[in-house]
This record gives sequence, C-alpha cells and structure tokens, in this order.
Amino acid sequence: MNKTKLKGGFFNRVSDTNLLMTITIVIFLMMYIGAIVFQGSGFKKPQMFFNILNANAALIITAVGMSIVMITGGIDISVGGVVALVSMCCAVYLDKANGNIFVSILIAIGIGLAFGIVQGFLVAYVDIQPFIVSLAGMFFARGMTTIVNTAPFNVQNKSFVKLKSTRITVPKMGSYNKKGLYIPAYVEIGVLVALAIVVILFLVLRYTKLGRAFYAVGGNKQSALMLGVNVKRTKFLSHVICGLMAGIGGYVYFLHVGSGAASHASGMEMNAIASSIIGGTMLSGGVGNIAGTLFGVLSLSTIQNIVSSAGLDQAWWTGITIAAMLCIFLLIQSIVIRQRKRALKR
Amino acid sequence: MENVTMLEMRGIDKTFPGVRALQNVDFTLRSGEIHALMGENGAGKSTLIKVLTGVYTKDAGVINLDGQYNVKIHSPQDAQKLGISTVYQEITLCPNLTVAENMYIGRGKGAVTHWRKMNADADKILKKLDIPARATQQLGTCSIAVQQMVAIARAVDMDCKVLILDEPTSSLDEQEVEKLFGLMRDLKALGVGIIFVTHFLDQVYEVCDRITVLRDGQLVGEYEIKDLPRVQLVAKMLGKEMDDLSDIKGEHALYSGEDAETKVLEAEKLSSNAGIKPFDFYIKKGEVNGFTGLLGSGRSECVRAIFGADRVITGKVRRNGKPVRIRGPKDAMKLGIAYLPEDRKNDGIVGDLSVKENIILALQVMKGFFKPFTKAQASAFADEYIKKLNIKTASADTPIKSLSGGNQQKVILARWLLMHPEYLILDEPTRGIDVGTKVDIQKLVLELASDGMSITFISSETDEMLRTCSRLVVMRDRKVVGELSGEDLTQSKIMSTIAGGE
Repeated sequence: MNKTKLKGGFFNRVSDTNLLMTITIVIFLMMYIGAIVFQGSGFKKPQMFFNILNANAALIITAVGMSIVMITGGIDISVGGVVALVSMCCAVYLDKANGNIFVSILIAIGIGLAFGIVQGFLVAYVDIQPFIVSLAGMFFARGMTTIVNTAPFNVQNKSFVKLKSTRITVPKMGSYNKKGLYIPAYVEIGVLVALAIVVILFLVLRYTKLGRAFYAVGGNKQSALMLGVNVKRTKFLSHVICGLMAGIGGYVYFLHVGSGAASHASGMEMNAIASSIIGGTMLSGGVGNIAGTLFGVLSLSTIQNIVSSAGLDQAWWTGITIAAMLCIFLLIQSIVIRQRKRALKR
Repeated sequence: MENVTMLEMRGIDKTFPGVRALQNVDFTLRSGEIHALMGENGAGKSTLIKVLTGVYTKDAGVINLDGQYNVKIHSPQDAQKLGISTVYQEITLCPNLTVAENMYIGRGKGAVTHWRKMNADADKILKKLDIPARATQQLGTCSIAVQQMVAIARAVDMDCKVLILDEPTSSLDEQEVEKLFGLMRDLKALGVGIIFVTHFLDQVYEVCDRITVLRDGQLVGEYEIKDLPRVQLVAKMLGKEMDDLSDIKGEHALYSGEDAETKVLEAEKLSSNAGIKPFDFYIKKGEVNGFTGLLGSGRSECVRAIFGADRVITGKVRRNGKPVRIRGPKDAMKLGIAYLPEDRKNDGIVGDLSVKENIILALQVMKGFFKPFTKAQASAFADEYIKKLNIKTASADTPIKSLSGGNQQKVILARWLLMHPEYLILDEPTRGIDVGTKVDIQKLVLELASDGMSITFISSETDEMLRTCSRLVVMRDRKVVGELSGEDLTQSKIMSTIAGGE
C-alpha cells in the first residue's frame, strides 16, 4: 500500500494559529525579561506590569474584537471613533444629566452594538468592503462625538468618581518604597473586565460552532459556504461582536481617563490592528488567536515603556518603535509560514 | 434488486446574462446506482449540479427527492439537510482548519464543538476509509489528494442519499482512484445514488451504471451503459462522429527546414528551489517532446525551471548554442520562450478582464505598459485568434471567467501564440477539458511544430503524449530516469521506465 507519509514533528504538527501565538508569547517574555535585566528598577516591580494592564485594558478589549473581525477576513477601523463617542456620551450623560452608572453602561453597550449591527449588515448583507464601511463609521463616530459636546471636560459625578478610583489589590505583589513603606499592587476594574472578555472570547473561538465558523470564513469564504456555514451571518456577527467590544472598551477607556473629549482614543483602531497582527492574527484572515492578541497588546505597550524609560519619550520614538516591531513580527510570520510550506512540499 | 427513483429533476431552466445555460433539462437518479453525467465543457453539467446543490437558483423546473415533491433548495445548507452531498474538483475545504473540523463544520445541532468526540469520530472514519491523515492535522498540511479524500469522507459520514462527485479524480493517482472507486461501490451497495462527473471515459465504463449526456445546455439522452459504446458516447457529446483519435501524427509533416538539427534550447545540470534533481535537457527546432511520469514526479517543476518560474539554483542554459541566463519569466519571454502553466486559475487567467485583454496581455507586457495597443489592433489580434482556435465566446469583450474551462484554456494558448514564440511549453493544456477540445489542441500542437515551433508538452494522459510527442523524458521522484523515442514510444515501455524495472 502506497501511503502518503505523515509528516511529524512539532513544527509541522502545530497549526499556523498556535505557531504564531507561541512566537508572540516567547518574544514578549524575552522582551520583558530583557527589560528587567537591562533597565532594572521600574520593571522589577510587579506594579509596572499592572500599570501596563491598567493603561491598556480598553485596548485589549477593542483589539480582541478587532481580531475576531480580522480572523473572519474583514477589518473595522471605526473602533477608535466608537470609543471616543462612547466616552463623550457617557460623560455628558453622567455629568450634565447627573445620570446613573448602570444606565451609562447600557448606553456604552448600546452605541457599540448599534455600530456593529449597522456596519455588519452593510458588510455581510449589502456586500460592501469592510474597510469602506468602517471608514464611514469612523468619520461618523468622530463627527457625532464633536456634535454631542465640543469641549473636553472631566466628569465630576460622585458615584462615577468612586467607581473610577476603585482599586483592586493584588495580594503578595506589592513592593516597598524608599522609606520602606509597603505599597500594595493594584489593578483597576477595567483590567478584570478585559481579562474576563479575553477568557470568554477565547472559549467562544475555540469551542463554539460560531467561533470555528469565523476561522472557516476567514480561511476560504467559498469553501465555508460549500461546507454549509452561513457565511453572511458569520460575517455579520463578527462585526457585531467587534462593535460590542468597542462599546465595552469605550466604557473601560472612559473609566480609566474619566473625561470626555473628541480627541480621545485617536489612532486606537490602528493600535488594535497592530496588536492583533503582533499577536499572530493574519490580515488575510483565517489565522489568529485571542490569547495571542492579549500578548500583542502587552508587547506593544511594553516596548513603548522600554522606549520611554530609556529617555526617548517623545511621541515619534514610540511611533518608530511600533513600526519597527510590526515589521519584525510580520517578517518572522512570513518566514515561518514560508519555511513550513517549503518543508511540507519536500 | 429493483432500484427506486431517488432524485428526479424535470424541465430545469437556468439563464445567465447572455447565455442559456440549461434548457428544459431532465435528470433521473435511482438509489444504489452510479450515474455518469457527461458532456463537453460548457454543456451545462456544472450548472445542473450547482442548481441541485443550491449554489444557483433555477429559473424553472421541479426537483423531487426521495418521495418529496418539489423540494426547495436555496443554499448549500438546504441541500445538505436534504441529504445531497457534493465533492468538487477544486478543494472546497478550509486549509486553515484541522482535518476533523473540515469534516464536521457546518453540520449538526448545538452551538458547542466537542473536540475530543469530533477527533475520535474523524479518526475512526479516516481509518475505515484508509485515508493517510490525522484528525488533528491542519488540512493545509495534507497533499491535494488527501484533501480530496477528506472531502469525500465528510460526504460519506453525512449519510447522504445523493452523492455528487464533480471531477473528483483529476488530482488523484491511479491507486487513489481505485480506492475511490471501491468506496463508491460500497456506497452504492448501501443504496446511495451517486452522480459522477468526469472527463475520463475509462472511468465511466469502469464504475457507472447509466449515463446522461448533455450538450449546449440541453439533454441529449439517458442511456444504460451497456447500450452505449464508447465511440457513440463521444459522438453524442460532440454532436458529430469523432475524428479517429488513433493517428493524428501522420497527418502532419515533421518540420524539415535546414536548421532542423539546431538545438533551440539546451540545459545542463539544471535544478531549482522546487526540489528537482539536476537534469539535462534539449529540444530541437520543430520538435515536440514531453515530460512524463506520475503525478508529482517533478514534470512541471522541470519546465518551470527552464522558464525561470521557480528560482534556478544550478545549471547552464544555451539558446541556439549561445549561453544565456534566465532569472525570471520575463527573461524567458524575451528569449522567445512561452509557458502555459498547469494551474490556469491561479497562474493563467485574469478572471475579470475580457477575452481580448487576456489575449493581448503577454504581448502588452513585452511591449511595455506605456505603449498601449490601439483598439483596432487589439480587436484584430483577438478576433484573429478567436477564429483560429475556435474559441466559443459571446464576444471578444466578454469577461473570461464566464467562459467554460476549455475555452479559457484556448484563450491562454492564444495569448502565447500571439507572441510567436520559438519555444512553447504546454503544461497540462488538456486537463479538465473535453475530448473535442483536446483533439483540437493536439492537432494545433502538431501543426505549429511542423511550421518550425519547438514544443514541450506535458500531460497526465500517456496516450495523449504518445499521439503528439516524438521524444519523451521520463521522470521518477523528481529525477530524470530515462528518455524514449522512436520505436520505444509505447505505453508499456513508458510504464516500465517509470516503474524502474529494467
């Protein structure tokens, strides 16, 4: 019997998705350990890590939503605008109308879902390019933000300020300051929300039919259709989830900064895309992992911290390092995938 | 055993802009039979199948399935639910998912994927069908043949009543085809109705019970296999008696110019990054030669190395005796070499451009993009070759993707002929196209050669190679293992050379 030989070995056995995620995690760990060894002080304290989480909880949430759209083969560049719109609407509602926290959360989710549903409908059922749809969405969200309120302002609403300053202590991770005083390590509420979402969506992508349908559609739309996957609904839902994440991410962002401003979260969509790519999501669709995206965000912000603690804290240096990092990751991805294809051809 | 009617299609009509793809077509399938659906390319086989699987919606007609009158099939999901499974020629699976997922996605109830159960089930079926793949393997890492078999495994596991196999054998080797046939007979015994679409007549007569023939979107007739000898089947498909296929070489004089002994191209120790062993090769003026060997033995890789389509690692190339360097296809084209690739979908046609634009594409590249042809020139070129090669198209401005496979192939051929190359490489020019067009292309090859063009011809069908080539290079495991010419050009000699038994 002439059997085709099965190719063994970890390198060939692991899927593209897991391979790229593994690379991301390894590079992140190397980078962080490198920072601890070479830059010392700041990075040695666990709080440095928690601060990265605190500052980027919103980005984690939006990036995770972005990854799902990208895995399905689409893109959504409206998320930054949605985050700004959510912050502004909630700020106006809480401050000027002296509203209720619970309702403000519903507003955030409602705005996110509305964007997701409209854009998803246009992409999936009217068959318009996702880039164009979300470009329009971005302009619309930014425009609406300015219409709701032009001037930036801080929210004074008492119950909101209380919620915003809530700190959750992380046991046994604290450190001593110069005077020998113990300072406990903490995270903000947003971090818990972000981590919960990462876990939930990770499970959704791995263990539900919908999750696998995202991968199938991103891998080959035509095949997915032939295999009996409802391609239109899958695309639609990917945008709905992304919109929902932009809404929740918007609220977490708002909770972190505590203000509304038209310029909030500018460029956040690009950071979300960059994080997804660094986390091993392929722009061409079908490959990606939520856990990878989490590490993508962490890598991105760690390198920014390294750059600024090295004294290069002007904005352009950050931009240049992100660019360099994206190039390096994309290069590694394409080399790895190509090597693998070649190895299989032999 | 008296078989009952499983599927009945009555008066099916389907019109696309400008084309009546199906006109009042009837089709009947009994349970427990293998039914061949035959016809030339563009005869409407694919359209009929796509109507049945819900990819297209029919304009008129009725489909009755297993006692249910006028079933509604609006999407592939509907078809699946009704028990109609399809395995297409092109792999319609997702390369980024695992083998098991590809077998189970889009099926069953519930929102959750049970990986362990799914993998175990998949492994069981793979083992039962003797398919060399693991359930947890990413599909993209399997060979095309294995992917094809996974698609069949999926269909088998779905307990389908009607199984449609649309050219499933074109990417399989002989053993794999045998295995597939075994599988088909097993399913037949279980009462599944199988619709089998293929271009290989041998295969039809090996496994099928009945034949339905379509031509130009219309039903020609339905026949018991024993009532329809091969010659008549071909005649029915073509709508005329077929040329005698056995000897077309004799009709064409060999090229006999003074320079008939000139080696138009000569390669020494050539190898490329596609992993072929260094090989020597030459072709004389006006000669037709070919690479033969099993699928995957490196036939295409050899010609790709000559053309510079893969990166050449070692070797020297001489053109008419002069040393040249070919770093890429453009260098080769400048030297008067043309290459018609195997995979016309990916390497050949530009689907959204018109027939005319596809024809002048290569010549335009050589001329430079900033010196476009006038409209009159382009039309003249296109019309000339549409006539010469008998390309069936509504007009020269029709998008090429709406043409049938055989006609697309002719357009690509026209593109290269327009360049008037001295050396033409044809890689599987007849794969997946009908008998009539095959003969057209074979004749054309001999005609061109007798006018002094050198041609390398590659085909999976050995008898086709024997009819056209005067010299054959035999390959095994990415290595040239022999060369046959003259009296050695026989089926059995080729087989024994490939097998390596001296």
